[in-house]
Amino acid sequence: MEKSTDSATLSAIKEAEKTGIKTVWDRYAAQIPQCGFGETGLCCRNCMQGPCRIDPFGEGPQMGVCGANADIMVARGISRAVAAGTASHGGHAKHMAHTLFKSAIGEAPDYPIRDEAKLKAVANRIGVKVDNRDVRAIAIDVAKKALEEFSEKESPLTWAATTMTKGRIDTFLKYNVVPTGIDSVVAESMHRTTYGVDADPVNLLLGAVKCALADYAGCHIATDIADILFGTPHPTLTRANLGVLNKDAVNIAVHGHNPLLSDIVVQVAGEKDMIDRAKTAGASEGINIVGVCCTGNEVMMRHKIPLATSSVSQETVILTGALDAMVVDYQCIMPALSNIAECYHTKMITTMPIAKIPKAVHIEFSEANAKESARRIISTAIEAFKKRDPNKINIPDISSAAFAGFSTEAIIGALSLVNKEDSLKPLIDNIVAGNIYGVCLFAGCNTVKVTQDANYTAMIKELVKNNVLILATGCASGAFARHGFMTPEATEKYAGNGLKAVLKAVGQAAGLGGPLPLVLHMGSCVDNSRAVDVTVAVANKLGVDLNMLPVVASAPEPVTEKAVAIGTWAVASGLPTHLGVVPPVLGSKTVTQVLTSTVKELFGGYFIVEPDPVKAAEALLSVIAERRRGLGLSA
Amino acid sequence: MKQIFVRPERCMGCKSCEIGCAVQHSKDKTLYSAVLQSPAPMKRLFVEAGENIRMPIICRHCEDAPCLNACISGCLYRDEKGFVRRRKERCIGCWTCIMVCPFGVITRDREKHIAVKCDRCHKLEVPACVNACPTHALVMVDVDEMSKEKRHMVILTESKAISHQ
Repeated sequence: MEKSTDSATLSAIKEAEKTGIKTVWDRYAAQIPQCGFGETGLCCRNCMQGPCRIDPFGEGPQMGVCGANADIMVARGISRAVAAGTASHGGHAKHMAHTLFKSAIGEAPDYPIRDEAKLKAVANRIGVKVDNRDVRAIAIDVAKKALEEFSEKESPLTWAATTMTKGRIDTFLKYNVVPTGIDSVVAESMHRTTYGVDADPVNLLLGAVKCALADYAGCHIATDIADILFGTPHPTLTRANLGVLNKDAVNIAVHGHNPLLSDIVVQVAGEKDMIDRAKTAGASEGINIVGVCCTGNEVMMRHKIPLATSSVSQETVILTGALDAMVVDYQCIMPALSNIAECYHTKMITTMPIAKIPKAVHIEFSEANAKESARRIISTAIEAFKKRDPNKINIPDISSAAFAGFSTEAIIGALSLVNKEDSLKPLIDNIVAGNIYGVCLFAGCNTVKVTQDANYTAMIKELVKNNVLILATGCASGAFARHGFMTPEATEKYAGNGLKAVLKAVGQAAGLGGPLPLVLHMGSCVDNSRAVDVTVAVANKLGVDLNMLPVVASAPEPVTEKAVAIGTWAVASGLPTHLGVVPPVLGSKTVTQVLTSTVKELFGGYFIVEPDPVKAAEALLSVIAERRRGLGLSA
Repeated sequence: MKQIFVRPERCMGCKSCEIGCAVQHSKDKTLYSAVLQSPAPMKRLFVEAGENIRMPIICRHCEDAPCLNACISGCLYRDEKGFVRRRKERCIGCWTCIMVCPFGVITRDREKHIAVKCDRCHKLEVPACVNACPTHALVMVDVDEMSKEKRHMVILTESKAISHQ
C-alpha cells in the first residue's frame, strides 16, 4: 500500500528513509499483523479476571469469565470509546468555559471578548438576558451556564436542547437518551460498562448515544466560546502543505486542538520585539507560525495562518529540518514527535498540565499568564533557530492555496447577499431544484491504515460531479486544503454544472469575483457543530426534521475515539454516516446489525461502512436520492 | 505421528502462540516473570501476514531436514521422538542452518551467539503454541489423519458441486 497521495508527505517520508528515521508508517508495519480480537472488538480487559477473548469461529470460548458474550463485549467497547471521545471534547470545552469566566471577571487579561455579537447571540439562544446589560455580566452568565453543563443537572444539556430541531429532541426524549451533564454522562458510561453492570447490548448502545449527544454539546460550547474570545471566522485565503515553512524565518508549528494556546502564540508572534529578536538571531523574514491538525484549523480561519500538514503526517513537519519549535496542547499528538525532534535542532514544547511528553520542554500555559508563556515559547524557538543544521533543511516546495473560515455566520452572510430578506432561500431553492443534489459533511482524521487522503480525494470527485455540496472540518479539511480542493479553481474543474452555477452565483454576490471554493472549510473537529447549525436552520425553515434532509456525513479515514463520538451523534442526529475504516464491532452480529441498520428505525441515521471510496460515494449518492424522493424532490 | 498444523483461515494474528512459546522457553515459565527476564526469552515461531492472510510460521521438524543435514558441528540432532533439537554447547554460530531452512524459522541468540529453533516443547504433551492458540488455528493432528481429513474435504466439495449441477 502506498503511504500517501500527498507529494509533500511522500518527499518527507523519503527523507526519513534516507536518514533512517522511523515514522508512523514504519511503526504501523512493525505492528502487522494486528490482533484480530482487538480488530473485531472481541477482547475485554475491564476486570482482573480477564483479559478475556471470544473465538469468532465458534470452537473456542463464546463467553468471558463473567459470562459476557460477543455482543456485550463489543457494545461495551464502543461505549467506552464514545465516553473517551466525549471526555476529550468536553475537556476542551470546559477549558474554554473557564477561560471565558476568568476573562469576564478580569482574571484573564490576555483573553478579551472579541466578538460581542456572537456572545449576545449565544446568550439569547441559551436564555441569558442581554438587553441593557454590561458585556462582562452577560459573559459571566454564559460562562456559568456553560460550566453547569458539566455536572449533573435536573434538565437536559442546554447546548444540545437549544441547537437541535424539535423533532430531534422529541426523538431523544422518546428513547431516553437525553444527557443532563457532560462529565456526568461520561462517568455514567464508565459505570455502566464496568464489571457486572449493563449487559444488554442495545441498552449499552443507547447509553453510547446519550453520551455522544453530550459530546455534541461539548463541541458546540467549544465552538461558541472560541468565537466569542477570538472572533467568528470569515472566509480568508491562505496556503496549505509543507511548502509553507520558510527557511528564512523562525518556524513554529502549533499542533493540537485548543485555540486558547495557538491564538495567543499567533498574537505574540506579531509583536515587534519578538520579530526583531528573530531577525537579530539571523531569521531575515522574522517569525512564521504554521498549523498542524485542528488547532491549525482554528488559527487558519481566524489569522490566515498556513496549514503545514494534518494528523497522520505530523512528523513530516520536523523532517523538513526547518522547524524550530513544535508547540502542542492536547489530543492527536504522537509521543513519537519528541523522538524525531531529537534527531534535529527542533524544540518540542508541551504546554498543558495533563499532556507532558518525556524529552520535551514543558512551558506551562495558564489563562493568567498566557502571553508571557507564549513569549517564552517563541524565545525558545528563536534560540533553537540558531542551532539549525543547514545541511538537514529539506522543505518540499509544495503547497496549495486554500480558502478557510466558512462559519455558519459566514455562510448565512454570503447567502444573504443573494437574498437579503430570506438568506436561506437561495440554498433551499437550489436543493429543491436539484442544483444542489445534497450535502456531505466530511469529518475526521487521516489514518495510517489508508493511503493518506486517497479516500477523501476519490470520494469528493464522485460527489461533486453529482452536484453534492461539500462541507469539511478537522483533518478532512486539511486533506482537501493540501490537495487544492478549497479553491475556486477546483470548483471550475470538478463541480457538476448545477453546483458550479450555485457556487458561482454566491461567490459573485459575495464579491469574490469567482465561485466559492469547492469545499467549504467549517473549522476544527469541534466545529462539526457549525455544520449541524446550518442543517438545523435548513430543516426548521422547511419544517422537516434532520432525518429527512438529503444530508450525509463521512469520516473516510477515521482514527480517534473522538471520531467515534462524533459519528455516533451524527447518526443520532439523523445523518447516514460513512466510515472508511472498519470499526472494532464485527465480532458481534447484533451490534453490527444495530449500527448499520436497526438504528435507522430509531433515529433515521445509521453507519455505512465501506473502505472502497468510489463505492462509498455511490452509497452516499443513493442515500441522498432516497431522501430526496422522501421529500418529493427529483432524484 | 502427530504434527503441528496451521489452519491459516482461523488465525487472528493475536500472537498468543509467540507469547506462549517465549514463556515456555523462559526461566520460570510464567508470563509475568518472562516479561521481566533479561535478556528476554526468545520465541521459536513467527506470526507473519500478507495481503489477506496471517499465520504462524513454524518449524516442520522435516523428516529429511536440511538444517540437520547441513549442521557441521553436530549441534543439531534428531531425538528419540523424531524432533530436530540442539546440543547447545556444540553450536559454533556458523548460521548454515539459517541459510538452508526453507521456512526461516531458525534465528540467532544474540547473547549466546548460538542458533535458536523450535524444540517442539519435547517435555510437554501439547506444545505451548498449540496450547496458547485461542482459535485452534494451531492444532496437533496425526499426519495420516490430516491427509485423510483433507481427502474427506475434497470429496465433500466435489459432491456439493455435483449436487448443484
